[in-house]
Amino acid sequence: MNLNPGASPGKSRLIRQKMKAAGLGKNMMDKLCSLSEAVSNLVADGDCIYCAGFTHLIPFAAGHEIIRQGRRDLVLARATPDLIYDQMVAAGCARKIIFSYMGNPGVGSLRLVRAAIEAGKLEWEEYSHFGMITRLQAGASGLPFLPMNLTGAEDLEHANPGYRRVIDPYGGGEVVVVPPLHPDLAIVHVQRADASGNAQVWGIIGEQKEVAFAARKVLLTAEEIVPEEVIRSDPNRTLIPGLLVDAVVHVPYCAHPSYTQGYYDRDNELYIQWDQISESMASTQRYLEEWVYGVKDRQEYWTKLGEETHTRLAVSARLAAPVNYGAY
Amino acid sequence: MEKNWTSAELMTINAARLLRDGDVVFVGVGIPNLACNLARRTHAPGLLMIYEAGVIGAQPRRLPLSIGDPTLVSGASAVCSMYDIFTLYLQRGNVDVGFLGGAQVDRYGNINSTVIGDYAHPKVRLPGSGGSQEIAAWAKRCYVMTPHQKRRFPECVDFTTSAGFMDGRARRETLKLRGVGPQAVVTDLGILEPDETGELIMAALHPGVSLERAQANTGWALRASEKLRFTDPPELYELQILREELDPEGIYLK
Repeated sequence: MNLNPGASPGKSRLIRQKMKAAGLGKNMMDKLCSLSEAVSNLVADGDCIYCAGFTHLIPFAAGHEIIRQGRRDLVLARATPDLIYDQMVAAGCARKIIFSYMGNPGVGSLRLVRAAIEAGKLEWEEYSHFGMITRLQAGASGLPFLPMNLTGAEDLEHANPGYRRVIDPYGGGEVVVVPPLHPDLAIVHVQRADASGNAQVWGIIGEQKEVAFAARKVLLTAEEIVPEEVIRSDPNRTLIPGLLVDAVVHVPYCAHPSYTQGYYDRDNELYIQWDQISESMASTQRYLEEWVYGVKDRQEYWTKLGEETHTRLAVSARLAAPVNYGAY
Repeated sequence: MEKNWTSAELMTINAARLLRDGDVVFVGVGIPNLACNLARRTHAPGLLMIYEAGVIGAQPRRLPLSIGDPTLVSGASAVCSMYDIFTLYLQRGNVDVGFLGGAQVDRYGNINSTVIGDYAHPKVRLPGSGGSQEIAAWAKRCYVMTPHQKRRFPECVDFTTSAGFMDGRARRETLKLRGVGPQAVVTDLGILEPDETGELIMAALHPGVSLERAQANTGWALRASEKLRFTDPPELYELQILREELDPEGIYLK
């Protein structure tokens, strides 16, 4: 188990080069680049990566680019591995998986990860959702561990030495603790961001903020790149500050078949179809050939999905009432 | 409309009836979601639905396939992070009811949704806890829904994903967990409830089901409550809401 002790956020080679060229701090510079450039610079074989998003905003385009670039021996961390890790495991990218619910949400089993575990071909480290996100919260807060109340269900504690117990020094008895998780890289998809990576998110916000603060590096993808003034018009909506972010990539439809609230719907049909596609290695490989290796980027992937799918996933507007920050 | 029903409809209606108006419910997708929405449209209009994805006061306008469907967000009263939902809402004691399911439920209401066989060398690897380990411990009361089959009701679970009464009610009480443990297990044959020791006994049978049939489908010597009763058959309006409004395509209920 990699507890990543004492980790502090690092700066990637890409960022160091850009900062040197621009003479700017990490929070003030243009970090825009292509997805292939970002993956090439920020993902190394053997890294622990965390593709963020609880059902919502899962960065599939980034996962597909990692597959295309042939990364190996990755430790894939996610509360819900979802189809993105099923595909990355099938493509041979992973050595180990860290998770807290391994299913195809609403459909059933996550066949490929499950088969790899049952066959002894994939290491795994397991938590409950709360244990997993408490690791992220500890990592994001710079703490050595965080406590949780007892649950009476002790088998996972026995199976995973990451869980320990300590005595409440204030006399309250035992509590369960978990260590921080510091992924080498967090990949976070958002609705909109500016060029320096100040990112705004709405809808389900899962563990995005915690993983961005916990990770050593952050790769941000966004449906829209907006001027800094747009971000500054609504500062309460900024979930991730640019100071954490190493690369900003404009990737419309990055999350498909997951979704982006207000931009496009979840492709439940594909999630249901995946149950059949992933039944055999042959049909899985055919899918990867056609939809991952067979396209050069997300734009080509989205075009290939076709009008019918675009129409099916289109979403009509439901606007929030504006708020008044006041002109002080 | 025909007034006969599927097993899933029977379980959903009986689960809905266990909810009280004003309850704060931690909702899962599938049948628990349908049960909560049915209760909200019938006897419990003040039900507050919370989803582990971090959505409070959801008013879904369509049947969500996944627990993170965007319909849960649009029109909800609040959205928060997962860390917040598990700490501020669940661990802090702001959730009244949790719904749980699993591959195995044992004599003392312990639930397994992790593994069949040995953990390190799994025969069948199941999805794992998700939110259920903490929901079972900290929601003030819990209900379990699962079809009544012998392989799903063993004497002892292969792996305790979520605690029921552990090896008896006394043990759970020593831990001072916030929740009182599973209050009912709703199956397609009836309803099991814990006795004073925490052992699940048959409390109610659905219309037309015999005790012997329930016993034959249970992996321990299932006892019946002294006050064994029959559940009220589904009402036409309950079936109508389920079939016409909540799951018109029969995704979960056929």
